[in-house]
Amino acid sequence: MTIAIRLSKVAKSFGEVKAVDGVDLEIADGEFFAMLGPSGSGKTTVLRLIAGFELPDSGLIEIDGVDVSQTPPFNRDVNTVFQDYALFPHMTVLENVEYGLKVKKVGKAERAVRARKALQRVKLEGYEARKPAQLSGGQRQRVALARALVNEPKVLLLDEPLGALDLQLRHEMQVELKELQRDVGITFIFVTHDQEEALTMADRIAVFHAGNIVQMGTAREIYEQPNSEFVAGFVGISNLLHRDQKVISIRPEKIKLGQVGDRVYSGLVSSVMFLGALTRINVLIGDDTLTLLAENDGTQEFPTVGDQIEISWNSKYEFQVG
Amino acid sequence: MYLSRRARMLLATLTFGTLGFIYVPLIVVAINSFNPSRSFSWPPQSLSTVWWGRLTESNGVLPAIATSIKVGLGATAIALVLGTCIAFAVSRYSFYGKNTLSLLVIFPIALPGIITGIALNTTFHTFLDPLNKELALWTVVVGHATFCIVVVYNNMLARLRRLGQSLEEASQDLGANIFQTFRFVTFPLVRSALVAGGLLAFALSFDEIVVTTFTAGPGTETLPQWIFNNLFRPNQAPIVNVVATLLIVVFIFPVWLSQHYSQDGSAGGRL
Repeated sequence: MTIAIRLSKVAKSFGEVKAVDGVDLEIADGEFFAMLGPSGSGKTTVLRLIAGFELPDSGLIEIDGVDVSQTPPFNRDVNTVFQDYALFPHMTVLENVEYGLKVKKVGKAERAVRARKALQRVKLEGYEARKPAQLSGGQRQRVALARALVNEPKVLLLDEPLGALDLQLRHEMQVELKELQRDVGITFIFVTHDQEEALTMADRIAVFHAGNIVQMGTAREIYEQPNSEFVAGFVGISNLLHRDQKVISIRPEKIKLGQVGDRVYSGLVSSVMFLGALTRINVLIGDDTLTLLAENDGTQEFPTVGDQIEISWNSKYEFQVG
Repeated sequence: MYLSRRARMLLATLTFGTLGFIYVPLIVVAINSFNPSRSFSWPPQSLSTVWWGRLTESNGVLPAIATSIKVGLGATAIALVLGTCIAFAVSRYSFYGKNTLSLLVIFPIALPGIITGIALNTTFHTFLDPLNKELALWTVVVGHATFCIVVVYNNMLARLRRLGQSLEEASQDLGANIFQTFRFVTFPLVRSALVAGGLLAFALSFDEIVVTTFTAGPGTETLPQWIFNNLFRPNQAPIVNVVATLLIVVFIFPVWLSQHYSQDGSAGGRL
């Protein structure tokens, strides 16, 4: 496994604010990597440090084994898809996509061919002559992707790539981005505050909190074995239960109605919400409210508000977070 | 918004009243330029181009126009370079005293011309007299540049702020160095603001008279000075009308252009 990106003890402050506080990170070649966290957690700054828009106060940034800590963005073999896409408004779609090749003095004929191929790859043929203002949000994003990919960078950085799209399109693009990444084989690093996006797309996720990475692992590891109350709460619905001076986390879909698992609790139903495929039931146990998601598969009766019921789960699904 | 019939009538009357207030005098000047009567008897008995014919032979008007154009171009050139530089510094970097700098740059436009004029006059004399040099054309150019910088600066600053930095970052990200980024991205996107600012600066300089009076050397006469000096000479007054009419026509064009270019309407200034 070769390392595409390595960050060692990288720190960056803006005035008094420590945006990034000693981050260590290794991202493998060809990985689809997500940096997940709330706003202000430092994830976007890390992305900008890798791109070169910010220079670190201390620490080391390596791309493909070469120290680029003080290298300007135009000499780094990474390209960025910006959150607002940052398409050049005075250029056509084709000129936008050709831009990186043009400034690298690639011949006119060759860059037109490569740009068209990149547009084809993001399914945007026939739009070459349009200006960005004449495109929809989804199309602009495709242009931004093509403009970055045409340079065949070592690493593609994506800043909240789906943030500006509506829900339907977002789900389509999640699948498409994943396929695209497999197709081109370039390392993708994307920043998001949307845990669902991170879980669906990424091979590996780093969860950011207060300028540092608090947990790193596969989607499944992050979701099922959160190492802290913060991660448990930020990724997925958090069910925290205080027991014997400890805090236990259990995911809502792991909780069952009735005595099915080996951890059995009795509690008061405080709300029942029909969600379509699932029904969401809140149960009050002591001072803690546990949420469980029960499938509407017709095999069970649901309680009503005010009922005293028993719920249970398998102890192997619970994790101590505090 | 709903307006009653009376309110609409009132608004229409006010609008036309205001427009008339501004434009009737201009129309009178234009008509008078075709009025053959030396005393501008009104209404004109006949229309004639006799004064227009005397425009070229008239004493001093063409050199005055030439001087005004030279001053305007010089002041605009200085304003474009310095105003743009300051706008870039203020919009792209944070440094100590940034707000103060911005205020200091904008201040000359609010400062009465007479103050600017006296201050410049005193300063020029202080430094030029020991060298046995006199006020000249370039002193007027420097004087005008003090307030021309403001309109260029304001236009550029508004444009740069609206543009943001992400396009420049995108350009660098795609491998363009700082010069390529300026050439291919920044400049094309600020060009219209530059043109608008430059046109306004030129117009501002062209009609300036107070600062000019205090900074012009002997033998330097701009067009506004020429008009002012000739307005009350019976022989020249009709020519003044012709020049005024000519300027109205000539100036509609750049104003329209700058309106067209500065869509954000942040141009500002006293035109």
